[in-house]
Amino acid sequence: MNVVLEDTAPALSVSHVSKVFDVSAPWLNRVIERRPKLYVEAVSDISFTVEKGTCFSIVGESGCGKSTVARLVTGLYATTNGDIRFGTGAKGRPIKVQMIFQDPHSSLNPRWRVGDIIAEPIREMKLRDTEKETLDRVRELLETVGLGADDALKYPHEFSGGQRQRISIARALASEPELLVCDEPTSALDVSVQAQILNLMRRLQDELGLTYLFISHDLSVVRHMSNHIAVMYLGRIVEQAPVEELFTNPQHPYSKLLLATIPDIENPKRRVEAQAGEPPSPLNPPSGCAFHPRCPVALSKCSQSAPDLCPVSPEGKVACFVAQAAETADPVPVAL
Amino acid sequence: MVQPIPVPEDSINATPALDVQGLSVEFPTRRGVLTAIDDVSMQIAPGEILGVVGESGAGKSITGLAVLGLLEHPGRIAQGAIHVGGRRVDTLSEAELTKVRGREMGAIFQDPLTALNPLFTVGKQLVETIRLHTPLSKAQAEERALELLRSVGIPAPEERLRQYPHQFSGGMRQRVVIALALAAGPRLIIADEPTTALDVSIQAQITALLRKLCDETGVGIMLVTHDMGVIAETADRVCVMYSGRVVESGPVSDVIHNPQHPYTKGLMAAIPSLHDRVEVLSQIDGSMPRLNARPSGCAFHPRCPYAGAKCAAQKPPLQQVGSTRAACWLQQGGTE
Repeated sequence: MNVVLEDTAPALSVSHVSKVFDVSAPWLNRVIERRPKLYVEAVSDISFTVEKGTCFSIVGESGCGKSTVARLVTGLYATTNGDIRFGTGAKGRPIKVQMIFQDPHSSLNPRWRVGDIIAEPIREMKLRDTEKETLDRVRELLETVGLGADDALKYPHEFSGGQRQRISIARALASEPELLVCDEPTSALDVSVQAQILNLMRRLQDELGLTYLFISHDLSVVRHMSNHIAVMYLGRIVEQAPVEELFTNPQHPYSKLLLATIPDIENPKRRVEAQAGEPPSPLNPPSGCAFHPRCPVALSKCSQSAPDLCPVSPEGKVACFVAQAAETADPVPVAL
Repeated sequence: MVQPIPVPEDSINATPALDVQGLSVEFPTRRGVLTAIDDVSMQIAPGEILGVVGESGAGKSITGLAVLGLLEHPGRIAQGAIHVGGRRVDTLSEAELTKVRGREMGAIFQDPLTALNPLFTVGKQLVETIRLHTPLSKAQAEERALELLRSVGIPAPEERLRQYPHQFSGGMRQRVVIALALAAGPRLIIADEPTTALDVSIQAQITALLRKLCDETGVGIMLVTHDMGVIAETADRVCVMYSGRVVESGPVSDVIHNPQHPYTKGLMAAIPSLHDRVEVLSQIDGSMPRLNARPSGCAFHPRCPYAGAKCAAQKPPLQQVGSTRAACWLQQGGTE
């Protein structure tokens, strides 16, 4: 594991991280059928930093590698290449990381009482000296996330989806983390409940000074929550910018496609012909820029070499030859 | 008694594709009878898309299944009448229903992989469906299958006919399911969360396709979804459901921009905006009541900021308020 701790300003810095999964057939099949080993590069050479107290979001469609990034950061997967560095947190120790998962139905043990689920990290890490202090802390955590102290004696099935996600958040907060990695925390919830959870997460960020790494496919949620956004496509970050910049002036054709296709309630696009094409398989990615087969402005060199993520504005970076050329020649962005 | 929803002016003489009057669906259980759908009425004109929106447990899918005659045991239609293309379907025997289902009405479900048989080629499944419902010969049916695949936008349909479902991507599979639903030229299609399993860029393609087919073939579509954005961009009219009842219905833009029922208002305000950033999302506290604990009177009253004594005592009827119809005492002479 090449995870290094460092006393620098950002809470988290990820540099040139790649993750390759071995998806080969079993050994015997490979020998008999003469099949080669098969690898998928789920995340390839991504770099970003998350400043303390901010929310950094990663958006992309299914299979783009955003959940893999969340698992790399929390150490659930080992990196194949690259460094993940944590900043210093309280008492000069490295920042503590916790994770909130997407599905509150499968991430809570159905046989445990809620109090025990939340107390487990406190007991395991010996954060409180006595059992009474532990139970007080559990009660306090339940109240922080908007549940009642007597809910500690209930089982997860007695709660609705939104309440269960509150329990997940309470459990994540139990070990007093400074960085929360949230992998689609509201995707399994209804909109009215989603609003409750998003408001809770914003309030906790203010009260506890939390830093969020937020993974989502829902651009409206991401816009509400984050300061910085990275757009991923097939394992690479194709654009990275402050939230307002990305929403008002997206540079990469894929970011433009995403923004153009999300259903917009305020200005519905009822008669717009949808852009064709589908994300390619990560098993067999296109050469050069992975987006070039779907790209309306692709050049011939896009199919030959992959563009690097280069700065195009003080804080915005984009991996696109066309956008980079437009930026150097003319500040007007290329129209889609 | 709930008033029927008026059909748009221009199609007043045409037989509605779907006419549901006072539908109630019950599930008898050991602990008493649960009323999943309570006195729901809706109409769909030919060539119209009616959006049925609500949170999980609102009864929107059950409404679709009741129309299709696919309620699972012990669910049963307790009251009301369902007419598809002028023909009453809720009183038909299973054998008669099998003939109507597929010919008069088609269905599109959320997960396109489980809707297709993995052991038969797409062409075989299409031809089987066409020949079951129409008197076409095998060659004619194959010709029609080809036509159908072309009309749902599948490239190279001649080769695709000979392929199996697993060889299609998610978006392409959903197109095949749509082709199957259209196979016998139905008057009505029930589309239950047709884009929920798909990525946003694919979702836009599928909703555009549904709209195009609706315009071209004059089929009426009941679009069941939890995503208000999809409704805004696809449907002509919308029914908002809460706890098994229709709380508001009307033209899409009126319901979205000028909602009358407090639940619709709360639901619209809870969706994070793509255009403006707010510090705190407005949220509806609490969650949808369980079926065995539906509050008296208006089911929304425990969560409603405007609720008065009358709301807890009497169930409000669905009545015309401005340009939409809402079931709320607030607009019908006060809540006291």
